[in-house]
Amino acid sequence: MPLLSVRDLHTRYAVGRQVLRAVDGVSFDVAGGETVGLVGESGCGKSTLGKTILRLVPSAEGAIVLDGADITRLRDGALAPHRRRMQMIFQDPFGSLNPRQTIRTVLDTALRVHRLGDRGERARRMSEIVARVGLPADSLDRYPHEFSGGQRQRIGIARALVLNPALIVCDEPVSALDVSIQAQILNLLVDLKRDLGLSYLFISHDLSVVRYFADRVLVMYLGRIVESASHATLWRDPRHPYTRALLAAVPSTDPARKRGAPPIKGELNTTDLPAGCRFSGRCPMAVERCRAEEPALRPVGEGHHAACHFA
Amino acid sequence: MSAPDLSNAAPPAVAALADVGNRAAPRKGRRLRAFVRNPTFVAGVAILGFFVLLALFAGVLCPGDPQDIVGAPVLWPGEDAEFPLGTDSLGRDVLGRLVYGARASLLVGISAAAIGLAIGMVVGSLAGFFGGWIDGLLTRLIELFQTTPTFLLVVVIVAIREPSLQTIALAIGLASWPTVARLVRAQFRSLRESDFVMAARSLGYSRTRIIVQEILPNALPPVIVAASVMIANAILTEAGLSFLNMRDPNVVSWGGMIGDGRDQLRTAWFLTALPGVAIAFAVLSLNLVGDGLNEILNPRSDQ
Repeated sequence: MPLLSVRDLHTRYAVGRQVLRAVDGVSFDVAGGETVGLVGESGCGKSTLGKTILRLVPSAEGAIVLDGADITRLRDGALAPHRRRMQMIFQDPFGSLNPRQTIRTVLDTALRVHRLGDRGERARRMSEIVARVGLPADSLDRYPHEFSGGQRQRIGIARALVLNPALIVCDEPVSALDVSIQAQILNLLVDLKRDLGLSYLFISHDLSVVRYFADRVLVMYLGRIVESASHATLWRDPRHPYTRALLAAVPSTDPARKRGAPPIKGELNTTDLPAGCRFSGRCPMAVERCRAEEPALRPVGEGHHAACHFA
Repeated sequence: MSAPDLSNAAPPAVAALADVGNRAAPRKGRRLRAFVRNPTFVAGVAILGFFVLLALFAGVLCPGDPQDIVGAPVLWPGEDAEFPLGTDSLGRDVLGRLVYGARASLLVGISAAAIGLAIGMVVGSLAGFFGGWIDGLLTRLIELFQTTPTFLLVVVIVAIREPSLQTIALAIGLASWPTVARLVRAQFRSLRESDFVMAARSLGYSRTRIIVQEILPNALPPVIVAASVMIANAILTEAGLSFLNMRDPNVVSWGGMIGDGRDQLRTAWFLTALPGVAIAFAVLSLNLVGDGLNEILNPRSDQ
């Protein structure tokens, strides 16, 4: 049984009089101990998908199943025990910490809300977690503004870990950090996964980060998953023209390697979806059929799915 | 933003570059220095502090009932050493009345602001946090109160009940909460979407805990600024009411002194001018404090 199972999930926002389908029929699984990368450009709905799974934004349709329990429609009280099992690491290390709470307050409140341990046990757990994420031992009684961006992200990780979750949704956890700090935080996440057996849903627009990190990659375009494959397969044999365009846009460390496929043009239009394939307007391969008929996500190889008529 | 090609990087080597935080000065020390360095704030606090001391030690400074007739009527300031600021038309000590008047004005101002803040914060946080139909309903209520002229509303409430100090404070509080409510609502609307509130929700915190512990402390700075101006406005409103004779006859207030002195405006103008100056300085000091707090608590000037 997968740890997380998402079935035909929809999230809609009202934007003025229009309806923005941020997540539009997404299905995937995350197994225990697996890291699933979720890539796509800004505005494709990947953050919304992460927040919908964590029940931070309401879903319109579909099912979120965690550990075999359907949590899609649970009310606050019934949801609380499931909240412990999944946590989130945010992009912005400044906005994601309450500026008026010390690190001790942040961690202790979480433990107290879930009635985990007495005072001594909580204190032990907090110093353990602070050490585990690589913060200095005297961090607990300090405020977020006393830390650098990288250290704040470590605080965010400590907060996500304190309840001992099984799944962590990482929403662009390093994209707001300096490049040298990015590597440290990614290494920390890899270590934590290995030591604690965590599963990650790793959201990023940066393919090189996902490549380093993910076992399996989902490519998202305008609220839908257009390709899913193991990371080796995806890099070796991308089937969807959008995936190819994304891969072609990754800068190479080899100056001899020229860029391949032409990068796609234009920006996402999130409220006015075309008939047929959503990518047809920007696709270099689009033909008449693409504008009329929406391709389904279908198997194209061993554990490899793509939503393109030509895949 | 591009990341390094991490598949080739040797992670432990990079990790050796510790992200040593440039530790900022402790928040409290920095705040305190910001307060002391702000001349507007210091001036406001000095004047306000003077009035607060007057109010607290009125009994020590001027023993005896300020309502007692103690001398000849309408003595000018300096005319009699016993009454440095003269006496009014009934022969009551003007200095003593001014000192006791500080007590009444500050008391009404602070309690009215407290009532207004309490109602405004509850209504504003509920409307801003829950949104939807709750927000719609409460916003209509806010608008209903805001479209009614404040002073008229206060006059009506005081006219219905006895014009005691409590009624006046309650009436001003009931008429002034919409400003706070709008302010708090706007803060809550933006803060409820912030990442740290998302994090609190994902940790399974109850709504009450999120409102009280996560959002409210971060919504307070503009409310604190508004509070000082609310006290000032309440003092002015109370003075206006007293001038119109809607006052507690047993309590000396600055507005009441102006009202009493009105008949002697041409012959003994000091009877209206002195309490007028006191009101002006009290209101000015509260506005200075508000301005200073605004500069200090503004996040953009925080760094």
